[in-house]
Amino acid sequence: MKQWFERHLQTLVGSLGRLWQHPFAALFTILVIGIALALPACLHVLVQNVRAASGGWESALDISVYMKTSASLDDTRRVADRVRQRRDVDDVQIIKADDALEQFRKGSGFGSALDALTDNPLPHALVVRPDAGFREPAQIASLSEALRTLPGVDIVQLDTAWVTRFNAMLDVVRRIVLLAAALFALGILVIVGNTIRLDIENRRDEIEVTKLVGGSNAFVRRPFLYNGFWYGLGGGLVAWLVVAAAIALLSEPVQRIAGLYGSEFALRGLGLPGSAVLVSGGIVLGWLGSFVAATRELRGIEPR
Amino acid sequence: MIRFDRVWKRYANGRDAVSDLTLEVDRGEMVFLTGHSGAGKSTLLKLIALIERPSRGTLVVNGQQTGTLRRSKIPAFRRQIGVVFQDHKLLMDRPVYDNVALPLVIAGVPEKEIGKRVRASLDQVGLLGREHSRPIELSTGEQQRVGIARAVISKPPILIADEPTGNLDPDLAVEIMNLFRRFNEVGVTVVVASHDVHLIERYGARRVVLEGGRITSGNAEPDLPHMQAST
Repeated sequence: MKQWFERHLQTLVGSLGRLWQHPFAALFTILVIGIALALPACLHVLVQNVRAASGGWESALDISVYMKTSASLDDTRRVADRVRQRRDVDDVQIIKADDALEQFRKGSGFGSALDALTDNPLPHALVVRPDAGFREPAQIASLSEALRTLPGVDIVQLDTAWVTRFNAMLDVVRRIVLLAAALFALGILVIVGNTIRLDIENRRDEIEVTKLVGGSNAFVRRPFLYNGFWYGLGGGLVAWLVVAAAIALLSEPVQRIAGLYGSEFALRGLGLPGSAVLVSGGIVLGWLGSFVAATRELRGIEPR
Repeated sequence: MIRFDRVWKRYANGRDAVSDLTLEVDRGEMVFLTGHSGAGKSTLLKLIALIERPSRGTLVVNGQQTGTLRRSKIPAFRRQIGVVFQDHKLLMDRPVYDNVALPLVIAGVPEKEIGKRVRASLDQVGLLGREHSRPIELSTGEQQRVGIARAVISKPPILIADEPTGNLDPDLAVEIMNLFRRFNEVGVTVVVASHDVHLIERYGARRVVLEGGRITSGNAEPDLPHMQAST
């Protein structure tokens, strides 16, 4: 066992040494793999960030319930208590007509025009936040239907359509990222496979001699598998660097934009699990590509 | 040790390189194969090393039928045969040490022991101290001796050589042949193909003459089929 381990370690280091003999060829292969991995990885990070950012828009799911102007504040409170007891409601907030007018006066710039009004034209209102477990479009619709039938309620307004649409679009983009990742993975297999095929072609004599003195297919294949491993590891690290660089470049301006919108949103990178998946994905692809190519090629090389 | 029984080898181009060949080489025997180029000497050796398989007939080497041996068993089969080529087939980009050590690395011998055995093997062929040279820095005779060191390092029971002295001047050729002789004296079954009749005559070993893929003389066991039962 120890010997087996030693031999593999030796081949591992030996194959690295071999790649080192042609640093530019190896570097180009690694760069190509790295870029191919980096593209889907960047898209993935983008989608993750958009989702994180849009997570703050949950409030868009709030339902605004406007009372009739005839409804008194007590009526409104009674309605609010009833709504609060519903299973599918997380929280109810009462916005008094006077507060609403005050807020409108400040925010809209119509201050002096509003002063001309003798009484408050605004009704009392409720802001109903659906419970987290009841946010499917159908559930929101039935809740708002129920709210509409309550006594003293005038208008029930929900503005979820665009959030739904946005999430649907995000879903499509996520699928596209997956598809792109699959295509790039296939591309990497081909790149690694082709590189290994050329490596094998260059070392044909050596392989023949090795087989002649009793080297098995597995034995002659081993160094090529480790080449694939190094290509994949290198490519994974390059991809990780590309993603990290992209985030470093973008994080400052994004934070500034977020600041302008009063949000504390900050760009998130791959994180530890994401990085691990990226690098190990590169290794797996490199290894697999060389495995397929080497197994196929080496079978055809026999001493003459 | 090696038994050809009515073996034919036909290549894809339709040429019969070896026809109806019956030959037995005993354990510990030394046999010279002679004949003009194209007589089938190389094919015969390739059949022994399982580089080629017989088209017809059976060939048993060290108790294994080469015709039906599974592909996956070929590497293990080859490890019991040391092969020396006229063009030595060394890895020119690797030092002598790596070349000679290759069979042991394949067999999974521990690194420490490999070092010892490489030096011992190089000592046997008179190249001790050259393990860090590149084959390209060596003379043709020395390269051939590296090839022999590689062929014998794993102590195979069978050693075959195809024109090992083909590119060498007479003195060096004798030296190489003496090496084979010495391995034979310690019990290795040796088969050497050579067209150099004068050289071969210096040794008392059995001579098998091939012509057009057939044995014309030197087959000591004409009644081979009867002997098979006893071997």
